Amino acid sequence: MAPLVETSSLTKHYGSIKAVDGLNLKMNPGEVYGFLGPNGSGKSTTILMLLGMTEPTSGTVSVAGHDPTRDPTAVKRQVGYLPEAVGFYPDLTGRRNLLYTAELNGISKPEAEHKVEEVLHMVQLAEAGHRPAGQYSRGMRQRLGLADVLLKEPRLVILDDPTLGLDPAGIQWLLGLIEEMAKQKGIAVFLSSHQLHEVQRICDRVGIMSRGKMVLEGTVSELTAAQESGGYEVYLEVEKSSKPLIKALSEIKSVKNVEANKTKITISGTEDLRHQVSTIVFEQKAGMLELRTSNRSLEEIYLRYFQEPADGED
Amino acid sequence: MAAIFWKEMADHLGRRRFLLTFLLILFGFLWGMFILFREVQGSGVSTGEFLFLSLFTNSSGVLPPVLFYLGFFGPLVGIALGFDAINSERTQGTLAKLLSQPIHRDAVFNGKFFAGLTTLGIVLTAIVLSIVGMGMFVMGYAPQGEEIIRIFGFSIVTVVYLAFWLAMAMTCSIFFRNAVTSALVSLGLWLMATFLIALLIAPALAELAVPEVSDITQQVSRESWQLWISRISPSQLFNEAAQILLNPDARFTGVLSAERASQLMRVQATPISAGQSLQLVWPHIVVVFSMVAALIGVSYTKFLREEIRS
Repeated sequence: MAPLVETSSLTKHYGSIKAVDGLNLKMNPGEVYGFLGPNGSGKSTTILMLLGMTEPTSGTVSVAGHDPTRDPTAVKRQVGYLPEAVGFYPDLTGRRNLLYTAELNGISKPEAEHKVEEVLHMVQLAEAGHRPAGQYSRGMRQRLGLADVLLKEPRLVILDDPTLGLDPAGIQWLLGLIEEMAKQKGIAVFLSSHQLHEVQRICDRVGIMSRGKMVLEGTVSELTAAQESGGYEVYLEVEKSSKPLIKALSEIKSVKNVEANKTKITISGTEDLRHQVSTIVFEQKAGMLELRTSNRSLEEIYLRYFQEPADGED
Repeated sequence: MAAIFWKEMADHLGRRRFLLTFLLILFGFLWGMFILFREVQGSGVSTGEFLFLSLFTNSSGVLPPVLFYLGFFGPLVGIALGFDAINSERTQGTLAKLLSQPIHRDAVFNGKFFAGLTTLGIVLTAIVLSIVGMGMFVMGYAPQGEEIIRIFGFSIVTVVYLAFWLAMAMTCSIFFRNAVTSALVSLGLWLMATFLIALLIAPALAELAVPEVSDITQQVSRESWQLWISRISPSQLFNEAAQILLNPDARFTGVLSAERASQLMRVQATPISAGQSLQLVWPHIVVVFSMVAALIGVSYTKFLREEIRS
């Protein structure tokens, strides 16, 4: 199956700043792809290049078999785009706004009216559809945006930070909707976000951008495994720590290091050691208070890539 | 483009802007009526066969001619329809969405431009027809062939002139992201074209070019300098063209030299044909038209290459 989106060494410079630097991206039809990274890591610029709304400095892009730089209209016919902070004509009703989009996509009037009702139902705005879009809340606007994108029956939808500014319930609802639409209609979703933990649930694969480069790519479990290959940590707290206990712990086969800070002990090894550790603590009658793996993989990804570049770094 | 055109037409003619366009038509009509009744009361009938034309060019003594109303307020309507064409889409967040639809980017500009132009055309036609119609009703006869051609020609010239201001305002709406800045710049340019060039800049530069005026040749020379400089303003071109088209007795544009004057003295003072008038103002129309084309060209190069971030 030919990839739906493919870029090779895609680069975009703004003056001396490299917004996107040699990006290689591949996305399959029907896939939900999480495009993650902190603000300013080149996500939006990449999206603009995918849509032919800005020209790459070098490298190639192919979306649905077309080059967006040369033939943007062909790409836009098959790709729905929900911009960051989408807006609507405030004087027109939500329904009228959607009809305009349908018209721009060359959908005939009776068909458009039918479709608008359908997508409004899908995003649960059928009731609010007759109200001017200017009165909509942020969440409603985002839902209307999703409806707007679905109108043209796209093969791919590109959502630029759709959860931005929504409350947690709204985020869950929106993500559920996106997931449903991807599953039911087989639409591929390219989801840009700076909130990894929010969107990882619905993504088949994620790619993490940092300073214009793709630093990690794969399924969420692959990513966490990659982070863990360096080690696995067990955090233990006992009532009374003793030398024999520490010694026994460090004698477990796959343990590399044991660090004890009074009753708080951190054991690092190459696999999950909880079972062995609990047995030893029981044998030594040390009185277990707490035992857990520190699932730090995701947090590490965060710390490593999701912090905005500090001043003076580099 | 059709979809954008009709949406913009609905915007212009519906809701808020409808009041603006409606009031403009109403005022234009009332203005014309005032002139008409003053004329019927007074000795205006002496204008002879071109009564309908004089409805546009005669002033009542207090009220300037309808021609002035159109030339003065028309550009303001053009600016009102265009100054926020692109930047309002940007601030509403609809521009990125609009441009991600399968349409060409120039269709957005064209659709908006032609919708504005059509609106201006409708307003102008309504004013002109209502004045002519009321004239027919009051005076009891219809305008003749020559008059119809002249009024039609004048309407075309006015539309081209208003198109200039629409294009100017839309260009500003591309270059200035803030609608208020765009409106102020458009109005500033309008002020400059309508008053400053003709009243200040052209006379000053002409004085610089011909510092001393001691005989008639120098006087003529200075005046023609002044005329040619003020012709960089489309308002000047419009005024000249409109005067010639609506006044069959006018047979030249520009400054009258002594030599030309003696030539003209020998000709009998009969009105010239509409075709001849049109020939006289043809350069004016072409220049204003190319100004419009140049503005659209500038807008295209800026807007089509611009990166749109939401």
